[in-house]
Amino acid sequence: MTDAMSGPRGAKPKKALSRNNIIVYGTLFVVAIYYALPLYVMIVTSLKGMPEIRMGNIFAPPMEVTFQPWVKAWAEACTGINCDGLSRGFWNSVRILIPSVVISISVASVTGYVLSMWKFKGSEVFFSMLMIGAFIPYQVMLYPIVILLREAGLYGSLSGLVLVHLAFGMPINTLLFRNYFASIPEELFKAARVDGAGFWAIFVKIVMPMSLPIFVVSMIIQVTGIWNDFLFGVTYISSPDRYPMTVQLNNIVNSVQGVKEYNVNMAATLLTGLVPLVIYFASGKLFVRGIAAGAVKG
Amino acid sequence: MSHSVQIKSLDLQFGAVKVLKNLNLDIHEGEFLVLLGSSGCGKSTLLNCIAGLLEPTDGQIWIKGKNVTWAEPSERGIGMVFQSYALYPQMTVKGNLSFGLKNAKVPKAEIDKRVARAAEVLQIEALLDRKPGALSGGQRQRVAIGRALVRDVDVFLFDEPLSNLDAKLRADLRVELKRLHNQLENTMIYVTHDQVEAMTLADRIAIMKGGNIMQLGTPDEIYNRPQNIYVADFIGSPSMNFIEGQYSNGVFSKGELSLPMTGYEYVAPKTADRGATIGIRPEHVITGELVSGAPVKVEVDVDIVEPMGSDTLVWAHLAGKPFRIRMDGSARVSAKERLTIGIDPSRASLFDTKTENRL
Ligand SMILES: Nc1ncnc2c1ncn2[C@@H]1O[C@H](COP(=O)(O)OP(=O)(O)OP(=O)(O)O)[C@@H](O)[C@H]1O
Ligand SMILES: [Mg+2]
Repeated sequence: MTDAMSGPRGAKPKKALSRNNIIVYGTLFVVAIYYALPLYVMIVTSLKGMPEIRMGNIFAPPMEVTFQPWVKAWAEACTGINCDGLSRGFWNSVRILIPSVVISISVASVTGYVLSMWKFKGSEVFFSMLMIGAFIPYQVMLYPIVILLREAGLYGSLSGLVLVHLAFGMPINTLLFRNYFASIPEELFKAARVDGAGFWAIFVKIVMPMSLPIFVVSMIIQVTGIWNDFLFGVTYISSPDRYPMTVQLNNIVNSVQGVKEYNVNMAATLLTGLVPLVIYFASGKLFVRGIAAGAVKG
Repeated sequence: MSHSVQIKSLDLQFGAVKVLKNLNLDIHEGEFLVLLGSSGCGKSTLLNCIAGLLEPTDGQIWIKGKNVTWAEPSERGIGMVFQSYALYPQMTVKGNLSFGLKNAKVPKAEIDKRVARAAEVLQIEALLDRKPGALSGGQRQRVAIGRALVRDVDVFLFDEPLSNLDAKLRADLRVELKRLHNQLENTMIYVTHDQVEAMTLADRIAIMKGGNIMQLGTPDEIYNRPQNIYVADFIGSPSMNFIEGQYSNGVFSKGELSLPMTGYEYVAPKTADRGATIGIRPEHVITGELVSGAPVKVEVDVDIVEPMGSDTLVWAHLAGKPFRIRMDGSARVSAKERLTIGIDPSRASLFDTKTENRL
């Protein structure tokens, strides 16, 4: 008779370097390099002086680190007649971004709340119409909106652009909120009504605290979408004074006068990408949770 | 006895589907009323109407002598306990209990007092600072009951509050609910599809089917004098045996089976001859030594014997129909045996085959 305890026992040992693992990690490594390399080149280039760049080795780290290109990109680079760098575009973008994000999230979350919990006659029709709006290509509406804004006297102004961002962000954000709120058990909503909570009390005290992740998801989508927008910026803003940062970046990088200052261009590009980057890092964890979160458990 | 909740000709439609049909129900002050019925018969819908969470298509709801048909849920003096508990996940137990009071702008000191009292009654004092996620199912249900308790409501509404719990806990909480009702003396309306819960808890049971009330009565009436075949069949496990036959001159007959209905209490004083169905509960069949004293004796063929410990279920045939008999657990019966049983017509139920109503 064999010993009852001989043979496999306890946790199954795992091979650290199995063939599958090597393939998986190898692939991941290559892909990571592929993504990280351009970023690396941009950063080192932005820290070099022009003479060093002309030497031609784009992968070499800077021999002499200089922040001059960053300063120039932010405060001195010229577009058209203005020579105050990207800072002007940055503040324009901020002035577009904040009202667009705050208003669209407020309106979309309340709309989603109504569509999921306070259904009224025709609410499904209303929702379907909103969804059709989400699927019409932007290009189709580009010019009609120019006319609408001109009629309203808002063409070329920042508020006109904010209005456009609000309109285009509404369907997707409403859908996002409605679907998330729909996963909140109906009985919770009923219990709150029995407890005497009204429309706003239920939203603020019950629904919102349960839905933080979806607010973060919506904020990230809005912030990155609006910050990175180029098309609406060039279309609806008429004066270089009011161009958002992306449009100004394009003008700096594509300017044909003088020598191409690669270091300044790189710094300008990095500066423009900074805001979405910060948002991602600050809320990445919540973002993942929001997307992964299914039903809300009691 | 004064009325607590009155439902008058209530109709409710979802689109084209009629879910409640001209429903009338009078519930007494301090009564424990159970709404019992199979899935989809409209129990929850009726409860939600009483709570004010659903708007009826027609009819009225009165609570404590006031017409509350158009009143908000919070204005009706009701508290509701849900099947899924529906506790607010981001609030502590204390927050859950006090939410309704805060909405009603009750002063802080009063809130603390009432929360403490409810916690004491429900024995959840130690849990007040926990979140619902950190509670067991039974504890959550207690908190859910507490939420109705603190608000000092006239009427408690329960929608299958115990159905998510395991059998042992369900039995415990059932007893606790009964104790709570004795202690508080509130009106309680309780939805379930569990017969045992209904029979043990109820002062009266309303059996529902397809949006109508089939019978309203005490558990004893429902069990012993079902008003129609649906109720007779629905209540009791194993369910009642039915034999379709003829009723004439005070005798029920089917083939060679002939049962003089001596001692049977008729609904109407004079009952005309007609096609009738007799219903006999498996546990009302007389067996063993008692057979000799039974009013009517018949012989049946045994098909299958199912010993269940405390008692034995015998599947037999009577008048060509399957016939279940519940015998004592110590009874010795074997399949294929011919068994003599006794029937007491005074404990049987007689129905008109056409209308399915009790005779
Ligand atoms: N919002 C709704 N829209 C359409 N039909 C509904 C709606 N809610 C319920 N119903 C229908 O109404 C009927 C009664 O539903 P109800 O929830 O009252 O049943 P119930 O007796 O509580 O059943 P259960 O024991 O399964 O909880 C069902 O046939 C159901 O399909
Ligand atoms: Mg139900």
